[in-house]
Amino acid sequence: MTATASPALDFASSPINQSLSADQKIGLLTQMIRIRRFEQAALKYYQAGKIGGFLHLYIGQEAVAVGTISLGGADDHFITAYRDHGHALAVGMGMNECMAEMYGKQSGCSKGKGGSMHFFAPDKNFWGGHGIVAGQTPLGLGLAYGLKYLGREGCCLCYLGDGAVNQGAFHESLNLAALFDIPVVYVIENNGYSMGTSQARSSAFRGCLAQRAEAYDMDWDVIDGSDLYEVRAKTHIAMERARKQHKPSILEISTYRYYGHSIADANHKKYRTPEEIENYKQHHDPISVFRRKLIAEGIITEDQAAEINKAAADEAAAAVKFADEAPAPTIADISTDVYWETDNQTPASKIGRHFFND
Amino acid sequence: MSRIITYREALREGLDEELARDPNVVLMGEEVAQYNGAYKVTEGLWQKWGDKRVVDTPISEAGFMGMGIGASMLGVRPVMELMFWSFHSVAFDQLVNNAACVRYMSGGLCHCPIVVRGPANGGTNVGATHSHIPEGLFAAFPGLKVCAPATPADAKGLIKAAIRDNDPVYVMENTLLYGTSGEVPDPADGDFVVPLGVAEIKREGSDLSIIAHGRSVIQSLAAAETLKAEHGINAEVLDLRSIRPLDQDAILKTVMKTNRVLLVDESKPFGGVSAMVAMLIQEHAFDYLDAPIQRVCSIDAPAIYSPHIENEQLPNPRRIVEKVLAMG
Repeated sequence: MTATASPALDFASSPINQSLSADQKIGLLTQMIRIRRFEQAALKYYQAGKIGGFLHLYIGQEAVAVGTISLGGADDHFITAYRDHGHALAVGMGMNECMAEMYGKQSGCSKGKGGSMHFFAPDKNFWGGHGIVAGQTPLGLGLAYGLKYLGREGCCLCYLGDGAVNQGAFHESLNLAALFDIPVVYVIENNGYSMGTSQARSSAFRGCLAQRAEAYDMDWDVIDGSDLYEVRAKTHIAMERARKQHKPSILEISTYRYYGHSIADANHKKYRTPEEIENYKQHHDPISVFRRKLIAEGIITEDQAAEINKAAADEAAAAVKFADEAPAPTIADISTDVYWETDNQTPASKIGRHFFND
Repeated sequence: MSRIITYREALREGLDEELARDPNVVLMGEEVAQYNGAYKVTEGLWQKWGDKRVVDTPISEAGFMGMGIGASMLGVRPVMELMFWSFHSVAFDQLVNNAACVRYMSGGLCHCPIVVRGPANGGTNVGATHSHIPEGLFAAFPGLKVCAPATPADAKGLIKAAIRDNDPVYVMENTLLYGTSGEVPDPADGDFVVPLGVAEIKREGSDLSIIAHGRSVIQSLAAAETLKAEHGINAEVLDLRSIRPLDQDAILKTVMKTNRVLLVDESKPFGGVSAMVAMLIQEHAFDYLDAPIQRVCSIDAPAIYSPHIENEQLPNPRRIVEKVLAMG
């Protein structure tokens, strides 16, 4: 991992973290544990054949979504790629609607039309869930452009993986972000692998990936993604820069996924050593790290942490039950949510033929 | 009262009126502001509306197109200019995966009220990469709407309808039409909008129906005059104006009236708008046909550069007349 932070700094004492109440800290731990339990349930039922398509798990990366999204205010927006379950739960989407979406059910967050890669909750400022690598990076730029245009003091956090940094759309977005002073913060969740290709085999760079920002005269920082306090402390600075000065940034957060690129990634134990995975689990697991900190701070006990874990597992199990029992979409549902005008039966929708079925 | 203005002026008037109507309408694209538009469609609008409403972008279609789509999801109403629709290929992921699919993939939670406009035509000796005619291509993606105005009045009326529509609408203009003139209603007489999905009979006739869109309408009208003057054939010309939604009723009505159909389409023959129209006619008006449906499309090769011959690759009055006469 290239992006490493100085272990000497204690980010717990940064103002943005000092302002957290004990309950809020427990809430952050709970969010991370909920994501992990949700993902473990998804894995189990994906392998049982209940979930179609791909499954990109967020296990190991929880502090990134939870830490960054916990900083969001009313006018801060979020958009990510296909590894989107963590962000969805962190913005406040329910496990039920997310699990039901993966089960392809009508009561899924996208009515079973999007699947695992396409969770959305605009009412919670969450704009997906996007399947094409880096395809969301201009959209995040546009959301931030919209905030500025509409005169709102907010920013957009646009997440991407380390495999997305070589796409042209991302570079075009960086240029526009800096050129137009757009309040977007690009968050590279660097888990070291673009599918099966390591960072060393996929990206040419000096220093770290975020340093490419210098080419666009843009601020950047690197963050240790196993430390939720560090994620919050450094992301807060970038978000404030965006909100107050309309200046974009790139943050590179080093993290790790325990599973493959997707669960269909049969080779993930071949391109990584068991020792590498085990080392991360032992020393850098964001949940274990944060739990130990909270115990050391005297905020929770091991027993309380175990209770949180149990409650999250129960919630995930209930979500599986909900998803399993939910009704599937109908054939008629295939043809809705194509056009806003036809969905809303507007006068415009009555003019001309919109659909060309046989 | 209507006035005679150019297609370019009519578009500009429509854009100007929508900028005045809705403060969230913003024009964006390469050279649209300070340069006054590569084809001068937006001339004077930056001076009038300023930096916030009329925005020059770098040559970065994937980036700025995606930016417009993202902004539209939040409630901005971007009108994006592609200097040529041919440049769609470098922004294709944004135009298709994001604009067309985001509503569906979000189960209707998002929508994308964006307009993408610019010229889409051959005939200007700029070679194959600058001469693509993608209205059929984009109409093939559910979630998108496509129109192709042929006259100044339709250019103004359709751009206004497109901007007010809450779905992504791709407006295909034509560099060879920008300088053409025609009657357009005076703004003093009220808001002039041409709804999407309404075709128009541009010439009444009884012997056959020529169905076209875009500049092919103008070529068809010229051919119809020759057919009448030299061969006594009275052709009706139906201008589709809107590709999706499509005015199927108007298509079937003219077919049932004349019983003979020629489709004129600047697209290449494989697939595309005329192929779809032919399918609809045989499906819904087969018994009304006295002869097989015929087409005049661009000759099936990438667009040739040569000024000596490019016009012969495209539908033109001579080719249309010959095809009609061959129909017997």
